[in-house]
Amino acid sequence: MAFAIIESCVNCWACEPLCPSQAIYEARPHFLIDAKKCTECDGDHAHPQCVSICPIEGAILDAVGEAANPPGSLTGIPPEAMERAMAEIQSR
Amino acid sequence: MMELPVVGQEQGGCSSSGCGSNSDQLSHLPENIRDKVKDHPCYSEEAHHHYARMHVAVAPACNIQCHYCNRKYDCANESRPGVVSELLTPDQAVKKVMAVAANIPQMTVLGIAGPGDPLANPERTFETFRQLTEKAPDIKLCVSTNGLSLPDQVEELCKHNIDHVTITINCVDPEVGAKIYPWIFWNNRRIKGRKGAKILIEQQQKGLEMLTERGILVKVNSVMIPGVNDEHLEEVSKVVKAKGAFLHNVMPLIAEAEHGTFFGVMGQRGPTHDELQTLQDKCAGDMNMMRHCRQCRADAVGMLGEDRGDEFTMDKVEMMDIDYEAAMQKRADYQASIEATRDAQKNNTGESFIALSSIGVRKKETRPVLMAIATTGGGVINQHFGHAKEFLIYEASPTDVRFIGHRKVDLYCTGGDTCGDAETTLQKIIRTLDGCEAVLCSKIGYEPWEQLEQAGIQPNGEHAMEPIEQAVAAVYAEMIENGVLDTPKENHELQASA
Repeated sequence: MAFAIIESCVNCWACEPLCPSQAIYEARPHFLIDAKKCTECDGDHAHPQCVSICPIEGAILDAVGEAANPPGSLTGIPPEAMERAMAEIQSR
Repeated sequence: MMELPVVGQEQGGCSSSGCGSNSDQLSHLPENIRDKVKDHPCYSEEAHHHYARMHVAVAPACNIQCHYCNRKYDCANESRPGVVSELLTPDQAVKKVMAVAANIPQMTVLGIAGPGDPLANPERTFETFRQLTEKAPDIKLCVSTNGLSLPDQVEELCKHNIDHVTITINCVDPEVGAKIYPWIFWNNRRIKGRKGAKILIEQQQKGLEMLTERGILVKVNSVMIPGVNDEHLEEVSKVVKAKGAFLHNVMPLIAEAEHGTFFGVMGQRGPTHDELQTLQDKCAGDMNMMRHCRQCRADAVGMLGEDRGDEFTMDKVEMMDIDYEAAMQKRADYQASIEATRDAQKNNTGESFIALSSIGVRKKETRPVLMAIATTGGGVINQHFGHAKEFLIYEASPTDVRFIGHRKVDLYCTGGDTCGDAETTLQKIIRTLDGCEAVLCSKIGYEPWEQLEQAGIQPNGEHAMEPIEQAVAAVYAEMIENGVLDTPKENHELQASA
C-alpha cells in the first residue's frame, strides 16, 4: 500500500513537508516516494496529503497504478477540451 | 466618506502636472508612506522610470490553484507571472541578489513572488529575507501572496525588513471566487469550489487587516477577467481601500491556449486595452490605482519591462567576483544622482505645462489624445522606434497629461518563427498602438514612418531626450494649433490591418 510519483512531477516541493512518514524525498529528475515508508497517511490524516496538494493531474499513482488525481479533476479542464486545444495548436 | 485624490485627476483645483507638482499617483499620500515607496519601481509610477527590481524564484510550492495559472510552465521565452527558468535555494538566491545589486546600481527592491506562493514556502522565503536584511540592508524587501496563509505568517513577516506586501485579491464574493479558484489546500484537505473560495477570501481580508494594523503597506493585485469578475472589481476596490490597502493594481488576464491554463484552453478572453482602462478609471473614483505594472516573471531582473535574467543565471553568478561594500557605496552614489535628475525633471515638467496653457487655446474644448512613448527609462524619450519592446501610453487633454499604462509589442512571447504567426512585427506594433494618435521616439526609420502615418498614428522624433510629460504636452499643443483636434479621431483600423 503506497503511492508513487511519476515523471510528470514538476518538482514544486509542495508535498514533501506534508508527508507524516517522511516517505517523500527530492530526487532527479523528479521527487520520489519510498514505498516502504508510505502509509497512504493511514492513521495520520483523513486524506493522503501528497495527493491532496499535488497540482499536477496524473503525477501521483495509487497502489494499483491509477492516477490519484485523474485528468480534469484539478484544473477543471474537460480532457476533450484539452485534446481539442492541443490539436488546434499542433495544426498551426 | 472621504475621497482620495486620484492619478491624473484634479488635485486641489488644478491639474497634477499643471502646478508643477509631482504628477505621480502617490503624491497625495502622507509623507511617511511616500518616503517608503518613492524609490520602489512597482509602487511608484514615477520611480519605475529610474529604479530596478528583481525577483528570486525560491518559492515553488503553492496552496491554491488559479484558473489563469499552469503549474507545469517553465519557459525562457515567456514573460508573465508564475513562469521561471531556474529554481533557487535561499543561499543561491542571496548570491544572485548580491551579484545583481553590484551590477545594476539602480536596483532598490528585491521581491519574492513565486513561482508558487511565497508564504506556502515560509522556510525558504524567510531564510532568503533574513540573509538579505543582514547582507544588503539598503535593498527593500517585498513579497506577494495569494493570502491563504497570510494571517499565520504576519508575525514572522514583521520580524523582517519588509514594509510592502502585495496580495492578489480577485474577488470578495465566493460565487465569483468559485469561477476563478477550482481548489485550495486547507487544514490538510483539498477543498473545491465555492467553499474553498470562501475560506480564501476570508483569509485574504483578515491578512490585509492585520498588515495594515501593523503599518505594513499593502498593495492589492487583481486580475481582470471579462464576464467573470470585471464588474465585481469595482466592489473589490472599495472593500480593500476601506481596509487600508494603499494601492490597487488591476491587471489584464493573460490567457492563451498554449499556456495550458483553464482560462486559456476554455477560450476565456482577456480584456481589451480600452476595457482595462475604463475599469481602472472607474475604480480610481474610490482608490488609488496603479497603471504601470508589467506582470513580470517570478525571476525577472532589471528595470520594469526589461528582463536581464539571462545575464545572471546561477552558473554566471558563481563566476562573478564582487566587492559587496564597494557595490553598496556605488548604489548609494548612483541613486543620489538619480534623485538629482528626478528633481530637475519635476521642475522642468511644471514649466513646460505653463507653456501649453499660454498658447491660449485652452478655453476651446479639445478632445483628449493618446500618445505612445518609446523609452528605455529615466523618464525621457530616448529609444529608437524599432528597438522598443513596449510603449508607455499617455493621455493628453486640455487640463493635464496623465500616464495610462503600457503596451507590450511582442505580447508575452518572444519565440521565433516556430510560433507560427504570419503577421509582421510592424503590423503587430501598429495593432498594439490602436487608439493612439502619435508615437514619440528618439528616431524612426522611413518604412515604419509611412505605415504608421497611414494607420493614423503620427510618428514624432523631435523630442528626443526630453522629459516625457513635457514632450507629450508640447505635441498636444501642436496638434491643437494645427487643427488636428477639430475633427473626431478617424478609425484607421482597416488600413492598419490591410
